Amino acid sequence: MTKAQSLRHLTKGEGVTQQIERHTISVMVDNEAGVLARVIGLFSGRGYNIESLTVAEVDAQRHFSRITVVTSGTPMIIEQIKNQLRRLVPVHRVTDLTVEGPSLERELILVKVKGTGEKRVESLRIADIFRARVVDSTIESFVFEMTGSTEKLTAFVNLMQPLGLVEVSRTGVVAISRGPEAI
Amino acid sequence: MATEPITGADIVIKALVDQGVEVIFGYPGGAVLPLYDALFKQNQIKHILVRHEQAAVHAAEGYARSTGKVGVVLVTSGPGATNAVTGLTDALMDSVPVVCLTGQVPTHLIGNDAFQEADTTGITRPVTKHNYLVKSINDVSRVIHEAFHVSRSGRPGPVVVDLPKDVQQAKFEYVNYANQRHRSYNPQLKPDRALIERAVDLMAKAERPLFYIGGGVVNSGTAASQLLTELVRLTGFPCTQTLMGLGAFPASDPLSLGMVGMHGMFESNHAMHDCDLMINIGARFDDRVTGKLAAFSPGSTKIHVDIDPSSINKNVHVDLAIVGDVGHVVEDMLRVWKARQAKPNGKALAAWWDQINKWRARECLRYRPSNDVIKPQYALQRLYDAIKDRDYYITTEVGQHQMWAAQFIKFEKPNHWLTSGGLGTMGYGLPAAIGVQIAHPEALVIDVAGEASIMMNIQEMSTAAQYRTPVKIFIMNNRWMGMVRQWQELLHGGRYSESYSDALPDFVKLAEAFGWTGLRATKPAEMDDIIKKMIETPGPVIVDVAVDEKENCFPMIPSGSAHNEMLLGPDDQKASPVSEEGMVLV
Repeated sequence: MTKAQSLRHLTKGEGVTQQIERHTISVMVDNEAGVLARVIGLFSGRGYNIESLTVAEVDAQRHFSRITVVTSGTPMIIEQIKNQLRRLVPVHRVTDLTVEGPSLERELILVKVKGTGEKRVESLRIADIFRARVVDSTIESFVFEMTGSTEKLTAFVNLMQPLGLVEVSRTGVVAISRGPEAI
Repeated sequence: MATEPITGADIVIKALVDQGVEVIFGYPGGAVLPLYDALFKQNQIKHILVRHEQAAVHAAEGYARSTGKVGVVLVTSGPGATNAVTGLTDALMDSVPVVCLTGQVPTHLIGNDAFQEADTTGITRPVTKHNYLVKSINDVSRVIHEAFHVSRSGRPGPVVVDLPKDVQQAKFEYVNYANQRHRSYNPQLKPDRALIERAVDLMAKAERPLFYIGGGVVNSGTAASQLLTELVRLTGFPCTQTLMGLGAFPASDPLSLGMVGMHGMFESNHAMHDCDLMINIGARFDDRVTGKLAAFSPGSTKIHVDIDPSSINKNVHVDLAIVGDVGHVVEDMLRVWKARQAKPNGKALAAWWDQINKWRARECLRYRPSNDVIKPQYALQRLYDAIKDRDYYITTEVGQHQMWAAQFIKFEKPNHWLTSGGLGTMGYGLPAAIGVQIAHPEALVIDVAGEASIMMNIQEMSTAAQYRTPVKIFIMNNRWMGMVRQWQELLHGGRYSESYSDALPDFVKLAEAFGWTGLRATKPAEMDDIIKKMIETPGPVIVDVAVDEKENCFPMIPSGSAHNEMLLGPDDQKASPVSEEGMVLV
């Protein structure tokens, strides 16, 4: 299901029609074996959506990893997801960046475009407009690197489609709250 | 305090002793030989050898639920661990504290498809509260102590500790980590005071209040049950119990409405539907209780007390959520109620009780008695009458007999009723009864069983014989998987697909084969004598009671229906067929 579809998708709970919402949730966990499997298993086992998920260690000294998960569901489901995550033993903190103040979301993408002639020039021109960088080049291909919001990256990919797009690799969303406060 | 280096297996045993463990239920195998060797060399922990690893977990559950302590299981790698999975899932669903130690192939063989290797932590991850693979001897003591803390605290549950064989054999110093604070897991026990004040406000104003109490009260400890009983009596509110909450409030108290839910009491379900204030204490709005969600208690304000925040607003939206341990919450409610000298709304409450008494007058447990065939309800009434003045524990298997036992056997105290509620595991009752009997050697422990369920862990008769645990199996033998047959009758046009118990053993001879005593009753007039004989016979006894093959379990909320649409008996059943929406539900 694409995001646009999922946003329009309505579900019934308790006889009340509830809107599906998209949330970005940050989960601080102990960086130990199996922790990612616990989080992913929770989502698949309980039938929750994962739109994207990223994970990396962010504090080597305390062995903290940060998982950023973008999910969608009714407000009741989103509440469940957060409570279920908090129940996992190696989870230290769960923060819903979508509701707890303003936040930033970024994603990184690598896009490979193959072609020659006018299409090749056009892809370079559009990449320039999007402030994408060329990180690899042959006579008949480019690899572009770009960071930005999910929407911007998707728009770029769509434009590259007719210009010889052959491969895409993207990281999924990482997010952080705005302002001086840390979570 | 550091000491001389000892083996990982010895560290495990030392940690278990420091955790107060007296009994382990288990089955040996290649990957746990060092642990069994360490067990052999000590005499503080008693090992009970079961005949199947699933039964080890159920026995540990029986031990845990009847004592309030953590049950401990020891099984080998591969098939030992996979056989334990059903028991672990059962313990998870019913929030029973169990620590299960599993052997594992040596660390250098993990991932190689070694003999008796299974990805135990992978397999058990979704069916445990938490699990560990201990890859280093340095972590053994810390992990064992942490496993007990995680298992028993907060909402209790099963924890698996997977111990590779080389880790059991390596040497390290033992350090006691018993009181170490956990770096991320610290469940909230004390409730927010302001929420308690609001709850008491609602209670004092309520016109049609109802306590709806569950297994969380039992898990919180006997003190919680006593405090809750005091609170219920102080308010004079009616109190209904879930299947798992039976015994948390005395059944003989006139304020008790008995069990709620699919096969609960008519008065309980109608009170749930019509109340204006529902005070849920330690229950989880399970689908067996709520029936059709859209029609669940439509006019009530709902208070929900639970130690697990993920239980709140999961199935039913509540108005006031109080996270905390039931014992603490009820103690605070009592204190606030008394400090304010609060009084219930007496006039409204009297009218509410008038209504409840009208529902009670329907006598929903009535059945057609017979002089020729033994009605299952009659058998249980006679059983209850014979045991009620003794120290009795009842376990059950799963099905019609389980519901009849819940309806006809009354409990005055918590921890005396043990049944597989969440998972509905056939084969639970016998091993659980053995676990109870190990913890309470002098008590009368009875597994109320069906002839189909009992076959699922029948091998445990051997365990009971070995340890001379005098458990009694009371088989309500109707020659059918009764609940399956009942649903096939109600939902599938009486097409009894594969639900007949064919080729049953002669249970009396089977008893004799295992060194038990076997008894049989076929006529109602024999019931009292047989029950008396069962109680008076020392050692384990099977009673094979030939009950009415066609009897269905009532009252019943048909699936997909609301609380006020209960069927009281076979005549109702014809009048209101199950909706198509209900057909897809289980």
